[in-house]
Amino acid sequence: MALLKPARRAANAVATIGLRSLSTLVLAEHKDGVLQPNTLHALTAAKQLGGPVTVLVAGESTTSAAEAASKADGVAGVLTAQDPCLARSLAEPVAALLQVVQSNRKYTHVLAPSSTFGRNVLPRAAALLDVQAVADVAEVKDSSTFVRPIYAGNALATVKVLGEGPRMLTVRPTAFAAATAQGGNASAQPVSAEELQAARDAAGVSEWVAEDVRKSDRPELGQARVVISGGRALKSAENFHTYLDPLADKLGAAVGASRAAVDAGYAPNDLQAVGISGAIQHVAGMSSSKVIVAINSDADAPMFQLADYGLVGDLFQILPQLDAELAKLLK
Amino acid sequence: MAGRVLVAVKRVLDYQARVRVKPDKSGVDLTNVKMSMNPFCEIAVEEATRLKEAKLAEEVVVVSIGPKQAAETLRTAMAMGADRAVHVQTDEEVQPLAVAKLLAAVARQEQPGLVLLGKQAIDDDSNQTGQMLSALLGWPQATFASKLVLDASAGKATVTREVDGGLETLRVSLPAVVTADLRLNEPRYATLPNIMKAKKKPLATTSPQELGVDVSPRLQTLRVEEPAKRKGGVILGSAAELVDKLRNEAKVI
Repeated sequence: MALLKPARRAANAVATIGLRSLSTLVLAEHKDGVLQPNTLHALTAAKQLGGPVTVLVAGESTTSAAEAASKADGVAGVLTAQDPCLARSLAEPVAALLQVVQSNRKYTHVLAPSSTFGRNVLPRAAALLDVQAVADVAEVKDSSTFVRPIYAGNALATVKVLGEGPRMLTVRPTAFAAATAQGGNASAQPVSAEELQAARDAAGVSEWVAEDVRKSDRPELGQARVVISGGRALKSAENFHTYLDPLADKLGAAVGASRAAVDAGYAPNDLQAVGISGAIQHVAGMSSSKVIVAINSDADAPMFQLADYGLVGDLFQILPQLDAELAKLLK
Repeated sequence: MAGRVLVAVKRVLDYQARVRVKPDKSGVDLTNVKMSMNPFCEIAVEEATRLKEAKLAEEVVVVSIGPKQAAETLRTAMAMGADRAVHVQTDEEVQPLAVAKLLAAVARQEQPGLVLLGKQAIDDDSNQTGQMLSALLGWPQATFASKLVLDASAGKATVTREVDGGLETLRVSLPAVVTADLRLNEPRYATLPNIMKAKKKPLATTSPQELGVDVSPRLQTLRVEEPAKRKGGVILGSAAELVDKLRNEAKVI
């Protein structure tokens, strides 16, 4: 009995801290001065945790992204870290900054969007803080319990973070609605000189050389309301444009692709169900869509088991018909 | 020359195998199912082998953490071209931070000029180990790599990364940690003679205790469930019918 007492006292202490002083830091993703929408999705997850939410904006130039963050609904404060070493969000200086900001300010939760940016930086910062991060959180159960997909979305794991220290999460943007971009009125303040110096000290081991950004007028794939996705059956890159672009234009949709279509060179890799069989790896990325339409000549394609509506037939005939029907509707 | 390249490989449920959640919801059923090398790890092994074939690396060492059977995964890597293997044997569940600590301990012994990993394992889908390892070693990282060019005389690697919206190229100082994306290369098949030769290659066995790493879990899995099943849909007869349904039933256009 005597042995049990200290443990119980410790558990009570954690519970009390949990209730009284929750606080969350969200690492903002921004590019060319624009706060990225996935940060707004991460803010919703942050809000569900219950404590005040601070947004950290780190970069070479932070003014406009920090202003956008301060206006977002539910943001209590904005921290800015502005320095040339933080340009292009290189992992080493940004993670070092996150480590020292967390060590100094002791948030109970540190979040980043589960984008290539967040997944690059947050685990590095977590290891510096000796914390096991939770990747790709799709649901917040309580301040230490989270649901995340495993096995390419074929299973959902509910995990509880043990021990003390901050809970560090990357947040699956599509699993949380975007916070409203207006309504907030948080003030922004810069991080301390010492905190900025930690980022500078970690920089220099990597340098940004170039980028090759896919230019498109269409909505970004991860954020689009409608996605039209092509697979191997499209047969060529020209067919991708000829058959999918008019439909995407009419629906204001993003164009996606299967791995097979990317490997065959029909579409760039960052576009990831027309002529798609429904292999588990592809399904992982799209099975939580509200409505799925499948068009495939193979009536036994696994995609039809997921689809709300299916059309069995030659996509080269069906797609122009679909385009004509949509044109009629939009007239 | 980058000298030694260390490659981390993980044994996972084969990517084509059906995922079955255990009835008691304690995890995914791994009894009597095919296990293989994680596909992203295969790509990392292939890249290391190519660096050696291009005389940009002297030796390729593979390391795996896990139960006895992980030795099979190491033999596969050696059949693909790795020179020797280190098996950190444990029957415990080892989470990414602990894996990173074990790999950091092995890296301190082996002194590689480059560590290659897959960008994520297809079982826990964490996508953390490479980032955590580079943090613990204090080395630069280049994640989601689709192209790797070593400039060993300058002590640098130029890495093209698959990022949201396109590609990004970084130049990192060696030693560095690089994690492989699916598009980095096409892994070779191990030929029968190479599989036979791999049986004679050295495989050292160690343990978390010997490496001085505490692997106790920081995350407790409370339950594992199947995702909600989608209700079966309908097969329609024409494009006109589809547009009508999307408009009037699903109300999405």
